[in-house]
Amino acid sequence: MKADPAGVLTGVHYLDGDKACAEGGLAAGCRFFAGYPITPSTEVAERVSERFPYMGGMFIQMEDELASMAAILGGSWAGVKSMTVTSGPGFSLMMENIGLGAMLETPCVVVNVQRGGPSTGLPTLPGQADMMQARWGSHGDYRLIALSPNSPQECFDLTITAFNFSEKYRVPVLFMMDECVGHMTEKVVIPEADKIDLTERRYTKKKPGEYLPYAYGEDLIPDMAKAGDGHFFHVTGLTHDERGYPDMTWEMQEKCVHRLIDKIDKNVDEIFMIEEENMDKAEVVVISYGITSRVALRGIQLAEQAGMKNIGRMRLITVWPFPEKRIRELAKKVKAFVVPEMNYGQMVLEVERCAGGQCKTILVPHGGGTVHKPETIYQAIKEAYK
Amino acid sequence: MKKDNEIRIAGFGGQGIILAGYIIGKAAAIYDDKFSTLIQSFGPEARGSSCAAQVIISESQILYPYIVKPNIAMLMSKDAYERFGGELTDGDIMLIEKDLVQPKKNGKKISVYAIPATRLAEEMGRKIVTNIIMVGFFSAITQITSYEATRKAVESSVPPGTQELNLKAFETGYNYGKKLLSSSEKNVA
Repeated sequence: MKADPAGVLTGVHYLDGDKACAEGGLAAGCRFFAGYPITPSTEVAERVSERFPYMGGMFIQMEDELASMAAILGGSWAGVKSMTVTSGPGFSLMMENIGLGAMLETPCVVVNVQRGGPSTGLPTLPGQADMMQARWGSHGDYRLIALSPNSPQECFDLTITAFNFSEKYRVPVLFMMDECVGHMTEKVVIPEADKIDLTERRYTKKKPGEYLPYAYGEDLIPDMAKAGDGHFFHVTGLTHDERGYPDMTWEMQEKCVHRLIDKIDKNVDEIFMIEEENMDKAEVVVISYGITSRVALRGIQLAEQAGMKNIGRMRLITVWPFPEKRIRELAKKVKAFVVPEMNYGQMVLEVERCAGGQCKTILVPHGGGTVHKPETIYQAIKEAYK
Repeated sequence: MKKDNEIRIAGFGGQGIILAGYIIGKAAAIYDDKFSTLIQSFGPEARGSSCAAQVIISESQILYPYIVKPNIAMLMSKDAYERFGGELTDGDIMLIEKDLVQPKKNGKKISVYAIPATRLAEEMGRKIVTNIIMVGFFSAITQITSYEATRKAVESSVPPGTQELNLKAFETGYNYGKKLLSSSEKNVA
């Protein structure tokens, strides 16, 4: 399916990441937005609210982030692509209903423009310290997808990808930006609508009365029903059977929850997006994501200028699920992984786990508030070479 | 590899500092086909008296998003001059609002170019175009963004219906800059 031209602002623009993310959502066909303003994400909401009237979208400023998350789940079940946007404190408040979204298998996109935390932290300055919250923030076991853009252009492109993943796998997709990417202005190219591929929601072909909301086939992903097409059904956050009715037995728990895990885990190869460079002879591999991946490349350049040639670079575009298989493969061949991130050690835990002691893993921490100094990353690379 | 241009633009709230940075960045990234990254100040400082933007212009993708050491400063208030004037070193360029900034000699070989942008805007009847005059002046003096590109960036960035006025302001600043260069009436602070 191609994008609806009404939502696509085709052309070459000079946009900040927040506005580019909003444009990505509109191009992806988002027509329902519920949110509560919070720096540094407010520009996304602002842009959506300005543009929605031209394409028949509905924008609601909710009373808080709990309600915002609940509203977009409702919007999605009503058959409209839905998104919300927030930053750390609001992301915390959304956690309960993100879990509900996982349990109900509700396609939607949740944007988190990360700032320094914990608590209200650094409202106007960058952080990358919500990465583990994106993985584990809601209670219970589930799998979601999280993406991390490193430029305003990617804020546009990957928001579309986020919507596509959410429709395909029926999960909330977390779009993990950071303040730096959100507030930096760069060139953003928006293609014509017929160049933008969208994943269509898969609706049931069953007649009303025959439709079971959680019956699934080989791909483990149930079909949805369109509100207004005459289907009467029940969905609940309680462990449920294929009719959607509560069934709180261990057998049903195994069937219901295991599938939520499997539908992502079994499709990891399709969900992984990583960028790699110079891996063939790499002795040291620098792994990073978001704005840090750009600064890390500067650090690598400094190391190369100092004569260290075999430095591989890996950028995580999909951060969750984590590219376990690839890291395990590399761990057998390389001396060390260097992981700069704007926190005191989050994604590095995954790298270390997958490295399994086969090579060194070196964290380059940063508390946020600004980005790493390239020299710091260079020093860590030097250390890794020893 | 050509060195990146790191441009600091600063003044007080209401002078259109951010829009000036936006237009310069846009001229480079879209109409001159280079790379540029604009970062603006947020938080209390963006709402109080002082206001700042940073633009990096490069021939290749910009990896480190913030200014490390500016080589150009466009300073439109005394406060901005006091805060950022000291960042420049030998060979750098400083553009100032002539009536609002009185540069002091500091022994460094900095080329200082002054324009009474606010007064020129007032003479046009619209003080609001002060920033666009500065943008024209920037293009003429530094030539980091071309005349054509900067003009197009002004035209595509100002509200509909104000293009004519803003383009006139751009020309005013640009011509003032060209004249200043030909008379080589610059000061070395």
